[in-house]
Amino acid sequence: MRKVKELLIEKLLFASASITIIVTIGIICVLSIEAFQFFSEVSIVEFLTDTQWTPLFTDKHFGILPLLSGTVLTSFIAIMVALPIGLSISIYLSEYAPKGFRKTVKPLLELLAAVPTVVYGFFALIVVTPFLQIIWPNLSGFNSLSAGIVMGIMIIPYVSSLSEDALQAVPNSLREASFGMGATRLQSAFKVIVPSASSGIIVSIILAISRAIGETMIVAIAAGQQPRLTLDPTVPIETITAYIVQVSLGDVEHGSIEYRTIFAAGITLFVFTFLLNTLSYRIRKKYQAKYE
Amino acid sequence: MNNIQINRLKDQAFKFWGIGCTLIGLILLVLFIGDILVDGIGRIDWSFITNLPSRKSEKSGIYTALMGSIWILLLTTVIAFPIGVAAGVYLEEYAKKNKFAAILEINISNLAGVPSIIYGLLGLEVFVRIMNLGASVLAGSLTLSLLILPIVIVATREAIKAVPSSIKDASYALGASKWQTIWHQILPASGGGILTGVILALSRAVGETAPLIVVGALAYVPFAPSNPMDEFSVLPIQIFNWISRPQHGFIENAAAAIIILLGITFIMNGVAVYFRNKWQNKLK
Repeated sequence: MRKVKELLIEKLLFASASITIIVTIGIICVLSIEAFQFFSEVSIVEFLTDTQWTPLFTDKHFGILPLLSGTVLTSFIAIMVALPIGLSISIYLSEYAPKGFRKTVKPLLELLAAVPTVVYGFFALIVVTPFLQIIWPNLSGFNSLSAGIVMGIMIIPYVSSLSEDALQAVPNSLREASFGMGATRLQSAFKVIVPSASSGIIVSIILAISRAIGETMIVAIAAGQQPRLTLDPTVPIETITAYIVQVSLGDVEHGSIEYRTIFAAGITLFVFTFLLNTLSYRIRKKYQAKYE
Repeated sequence: MNNIQINRLKDQAFKFWGIGCTLIGLILLVLFIGDILVDGIGRIDWSFITNLPSRKSEKSGIYTALMGSIWILLLTTVIAFPIGVAAGVYLEEYAKKNKFAAILEINISNLAGVPSIIYGLLGLEVFVRIMNLGASVLAGSLTLSLLILPIVIVATREAIKAVPSSIKDASYALGASKWQTIWHQILPASGGGILTGVILALSRAVGETAPLIVVGALAYVPFAPSNPMDEFSVLPIQIFNWISRPQHGFIENAAAAIIILLGITFIMNGVAVYFRNKWQNKLK
């Protein structure tokens, strides 16, 4: 009797774990089925090469490039903000700061990532854009610059916390050897510790990029809703994620081509983040054992 | 100045740069909360919490959105908590080191990185259309449950890993079966860690906007949901809706609602940290 119960419980636990596989299969199926129907009406060549995205207008164009450029532009700005600040924080906290300071500051910084993204969107639109307009008067009310900067602030803890963990994992013997050779903390940090922790740091950066690409509310609120193939950060643009939100807010009939565009856009987004996540997982697995 | 002095100077300079960067992060956080408090605190009173949404900004309240958020929170907990913990226990205690376990692990790590809006598309197609749940609280909760499942699983595994193996060995030595050991020893010993992870995951769920918009949650609902099949709105969507309106009064409303949302998020984070510290001290 006890054996039957044990077996039954194991099966139940196994089923729970298997749900995660079903979720992945579900995501891939849902996206591909709807996207497949989309591509039976729109050629994949047009999708990848047309420079206009106007599925909601009468003159319909289905080129993903403008949405892609919007996504890349905002993510690039965010990384330009988060990378130098996040890395400096991680090096400072790991190599310079007293232990007590680190223990207090780290969770506080992590609060930055706990704030709901809709709140950041408010901040970008109501505070950052008007502030930047003082410096650049011709900055549009919706733009990728302030959305990107605020998104960068949001992902600082992703870079700083994970990189700091990687730096901390470097054995102290390396530090001591470097100091013993007469190196300063800065020299040890950049010539010994950071190179040794490079795989962990790269993983943190990849995860931050993946987070930026998938970020939705900040760009939906502050970057505008005008798909535009441009690298100009001062004009309104639209990202893949913001487009999905825009369509979802409107009344779009199930099964129509407009409805299917959000799945075509979604699968593009999914492919990019999937590649980045897989890459980071590979790097992590490959180098995890390095110092154990 | 010789080389050594230059290097020492550079070292000091980087130290101040590092302090500066760390402080910028914290100052931005403070600035940002301060700004929202200034914008919104004057708007918060009892009627703001108990009023239904309205076309007039000064009469609008967050009652329906707040109730929607609470419904979503409760249902998501009921769905994601048992499944996530069960999956975590399986992976940590039962799964053999074979190919399937490796795939499960890669898969969970990947799911944690899937953008939330993709979960919205999954929920829209599977729960709203195929299972015909409509844009209901249940459909929204199921969607968010899938979204936070990887976080709950990872937290459960970490918590179980932290339990000393001596506890397990002692239990087996007394003749307990595997499940008895898990149920009576491992789960109670890892409870604090699991609780921390679940609360953090739920605090993420409470702030999620995009997947619920995709699932079809409404910006305007005249009544608070009374059962899982009702239509609903949540606080973040109400905030998003108010931000999108041009009149200044709604911006003030948005700031006030943000204060409430941030309050909920920070309290949940605080409780989580409290449980973690208490649990870590107990384990030592």
